[in-house]
Amino acid sequence: MAQILSPLPGTFYRSSAPDQPPFKADGDAVAVGDVIGLIEVMKSFHEVKSEVAGSNVRFVADNEEPVMAGAPLAEVD
Amino acid sequence: MLKKLLIANRGEIAVRIIRAAKDLGIATVAVHSVADAEALHVQLADEAVDIGPPAPKKSYLNAEALLKAAKDTGCDSVHPGYGFLAENASFSDAVAAAGLVFVGPSGDAIRLMGDKVAARSAAAAAGVPVVPGSAGRVDSIEEAREILLETGFPVMIKAAAGGGGRGIRIANTLAEFEQAFPQARAEALAAFGDGGLYMEKVIGKARHIEVQVLGDGNDAIHCYERECSLQRRRQKVWEEAPSKALSERQREDLCASAVSLARAVGYSGAGTVEYLYDDAAERFYFIEMNTRIQVEHPVTEAITGIDLVAEMLRIAGGEPLRIKQRDVAIKGHAIEVRLNAEDPARDFAPFPGQISDLRIPGGPGVRFDSMLYPGYQVPPFYDSLLAKLIVHGETREAAIARLVRALTELQVGGLKTTKPLFLALAADPTVQEGDVHTRWLEGWLSENAAKLAG
Repeated sequence: MAQILSPLPGTFYRSSAPDQPPFKADGDAVAVGDVIGLIEVMKSFHEVKSEVAGSNVRFVADNEEPVMAGAPLAEVD
Repeated sequence: MLKKLLIANRGEIAVRIIRAAKDLGIATVAVHSVADAEALHVQLADEAVDIGPPAPKKSYLNAEALLKAAKDTGCDSVHPGYGFLAENASFSDAVAAAGLVFVGPSGDAIRLMGDKVAARSAAAAAGVPVVPGSAGRVDSIEEAREILLETGFPVMIKAAAGGGGRGIRIANTLAEFEQAFPQARAEALAAFGDGGLYMEKVIGKARHIEVQVLGDGNDAIHCYERECSLQRRRQKVWEEAPSKALSERQREDLCASAVSLARAVGYSGAGTVEYLYDDAAERFYFIEMNTRIQVEHPVTEAITGIDLVAEMLRIAGGEPLRIKQRDVAIKGHAIEVRLNAEDPARDFAPFPGQISDLRIPGGPGVRFDSMLYPGYQVPPFYDSLLAKLIVHGETREAAIARLVRALTELQVGGLKTTKPLFLALAADPTVQEGDVHTRWLEGWLSENAAKLAG
């Protein structure tokens, strides 16, 4: 199992806008470089790209919740 | 006079409002999110109420929580500051409906000025020059072709329901226009559920000049202008007053037009009428009216000696305007720079962190509006403004020299700030000449990135 960590402190978003589907759902496959969410830091948005690949992603951070830099966002098998 | 004020905001503006209220003997109640429990505004207010989680939507934008805090603490009034709910007409209405005083204009005045088409019509009706373009919504290409005769090219097509730069297209030729218009219509319909468009002539090189007004619902005065042409991504970074671009005659015309608009809409409180100023044509055009106190209000306070936030509180308390137009005069020149928690050497990447060490500039003609203190943890959840440095001197040259002196005194340890940007700008001959326009800074930044390390 590998983890995807938040590169920045801020607010975590799982989709590009409130009315959009999440970038990834639990159980989706991820490839290296896939966008799995956004971190909002001081009103600017930064894409979180996966540095790992796997067939099954499980999010451990909730949508629109505050996260610290280095906090796990998701686990990947 | 108001007795007890809830400050529905955070950061430096919450501190600024608390100071004005205390100077007038008004009791203060701060609100804060969980992330701001240690913030300076919480420490300085007489009381503080926790209104929810860090996300603005769940705290500073939560009207219900704010009204409950005001009721629970026995407040008679609410100051919205800037940003958050400051220009939310429903919030102004809700405050009034709860039997409290909203320190700002009525919901209807906010609604009128918040609707671009209605605001433009109100301005035109008050005799304020507007950018040539459609008087209201344009619903057909035939109508649009008629308007092109007035605007010429380039022309901007905007979604009537859009905002924040979304849904804007620019056409340079008739062929481009014929292609862009139906696309913009389809896009506006898809994005906003409203295919209404409006059109405006694009003013090439323009300055951003705005006029501060104060109204009590019956009468209105102006407190002269501010120039805010130095912008990055449509955000002002350096503001000054007065503008060096205006002659005395133009200044009087511009300021008089802002007062006519404020009077025409029965404006109450502090507001700002924003214009584009075309140097080449020596003409000014109304853009919009902001119905709040603005970030850059201290430059006006510096040159006029008026405490704008205190005047807002007096007006909200039911006093008529105390200041007569003839008593407002410009003294010297003031500049404000916005110190943001951003790294100018890395494309202004946000830089939250802990203030390890702080040396605040002082001495004659220097003001520092901020929520910083040593050990303060700057949260990542809100905008990056840390402080505003305002300098005042007899002349623009003296103000720039004082700015450099004060920036050199200033030390903020523990995080990166935009201080290097302002030192570089103050040393730039074009800035020293004041020969700038709203798109000048972005060009300068792409050529001078190397000067911004520090």
